[in-house]
Amino acid sequence: MSIQQLSVFLENQPGKLFEMTAVLAENKIDIRALSLAETTDFGIARLIVDDAAKAASVLRSGDFIASGTDVLAFAVPNEPGGLHNLLAKFNAAQVNIEYMYAFLGNEDKKNAYMIFRVTDTPAAEAALTALGLKPLSEQEIRTI
Amino acid sequence: MERYYQPEIECAPREEIEKLQSERLVSQVRRVWENVPYYRKKMEEKGVSPQDIRGIEDLSKLPFLSKSDLRDAYPYGLLGKPLKECVRIQSTSGTTGKRVVAFYTQHDIDLWEDCCARAIVAAGGTDEDVCQVSYGYGLFTGGPGLNGGSHKVGCLTVPTSSGNTDRQIMFIQDLSATILCCTPSYAAYLGERMKEMGLGPDEIPLKAGIFGAEAWSEEMRQDIQNTLGIKAYDIYGLTELSGPGVAFECSDQHGMHLNEDHFIAEIIDPETQEVLPEGSVGELVITAVDKEAFPMIRYRTRDICSLSREKCSCGRTHVRMSKPKGRSDDMLIIRGVNVFPSQIETVLLNQGYAANYQIIVDRVNNTDTFDVQVEMTPEMFTDHVGGIQELQKKLDAALQSMLGIRPKVTLVAPKTIARSEGKAVRVIDRRKI
Repeated sequence: MSIQQLSVFLENQPGKLFEMTAVLAENKIDIRALSLAETTDFGIARLIVDDAAKAASVLRSGDFIASGTDVLAFAVPNEPGGLHNLLAKFNAAQVNIEYMYAFLGNEDKKNAYMIFRVTDTPAAEAALTALGLKPLSEQEIRTI
Repeated sequence: MERYYQPEIECAPREEIEKLQSERLVSQVRRVWENVPYYRKKMEEKGVSPQDIRGIEDLSKLPFLSKSDLRDAYPYGLLGKPLKECVRIQSTSGTTGKRVVAFYTQHDIDLWEDCCARAIVAAGGTDEDVCQVSYGYGLFTGGPGLNGGSHKVGCLTVPTSSGNTDRQIMFIQDLSATILCCTPSYAAYLGERMKEMGLGPDEIPLKAGIFGAEAWSEEMRQDIQNTLGIKAYDIYGLTELSGPGVAFECSDQHGMHLNEDHFIAEIIDPETQEVLPEGSVGELVITAVDKEAFPMIRYRTRDICSLSREKCSCGRTHVRMSKPKGRSDDMLIIRGVNVFPSQIETVLLNQGYAANYQIIVDRVNNTDTFDVQVEMTPEMFTDHVGGIQELQKKLDAALQSMLGIRPKVTLVAPKTIARSEGKAVRVIDRRKI
């Protein structure tokens, strides 16, 4: 089950990220994970929030460009080789990772959580599930 | 001692020049009446026939031609000679994708090259000189015009065309180029680059530069003269009227002598279209009296300047025009290339962007900077940096192919470009000329 990531266009200039977080804070949106990709003149903020639909709507009314992207979330055992073992399955399933970043769990010390943007999300999901690797659902993410 | 390419014409007594202009104008009007239905119609609408034009005193009876006529008559509507007698075209970068295309017979090419040769000789050029032409070659008139003039003078011509700065410098140094022809901003850039390379004015063989195709200030002239160790001469022209060489500066450097055997100059009030007395500042209107293929009569140049017939210390008797103060319409000249905001709009719309953009032109170290800010749209946005950069590259290439020069495109967030109540502010020109 894929989850929704929010992608937001930002100019690479002082204060732009701040403008975005202001809108999210005002609307009581909780940011669970954030990654920034940047070039010299613009950047893209990728966010996992508690309410993606609401966040997209408030950002758009604040003149931001925000779009939804399907991504996969996995728990990674917090131990040596944890990520490696997970990636072994990606490798076996021939899944191409475009980018990935970490997700913060509230209580759980045994696991880290990673968000994966892959080339073909439904196909990757099916292939990984077949190998016994099931991505976390929106519901599960909320309770972590 | 002042030298001339064609002294008998360049220094002719005023009466003789005016007599020649009158004769040529009368026969030009007759030829155009017979061969250019587009202009004949304009004359008929104004109630003028060739019999009414007996000399230059009757010039103001004739209708004007403007850039919009060139667009309406594109491409062949103003042709004064059958195509089989034409040997060349040159072209501007054009508005909204439609270029001004000017035609030349061999006679027209010769008179154009003569004008450029006069400019080169006025800058001290002889057949002993090595003349490097760093204006663009091709459709742009800069390269071909000065190239032809340089040949006529007998200079060793180095046709480097524009760009590839290090190679330009290599040729200047290795071949001991003495005359440089290019846009003033490129001359300044070359100077800056040579300075960085540790070349002082004494180590640079150049002695003169002929710089035109864009507005430049007296300060810039001083700056270029000091870095390159040369004397810098201004040259004026328009593709519609041949190209560079319509007017050129002499050693006196007080205005440019307009080649009056080929062109008649008037200054009008751009609003009322009334002819203004000598010395007034207004729009320059030029009549080409002996160009054959593209015979412009009372062509409105949109350049704002003044004329002076005061005696010049150089000995030339032709009228002098002041450096144009600016164009009366929205065209920008950036690094010597004509740019219209409407062209940028066309490209943006074609590429799926909204027409929310701003052009920012500045001059940093005497070189024009050209930035275009474009608002990102939700439709174009993806979560991939590479995908957006691809779009940016596509836009860069489309703009370059439309304009002939490459702007720096920056994608900005929606609504960041200030909206205006009335006419949109499309251009921010920070250049201080």
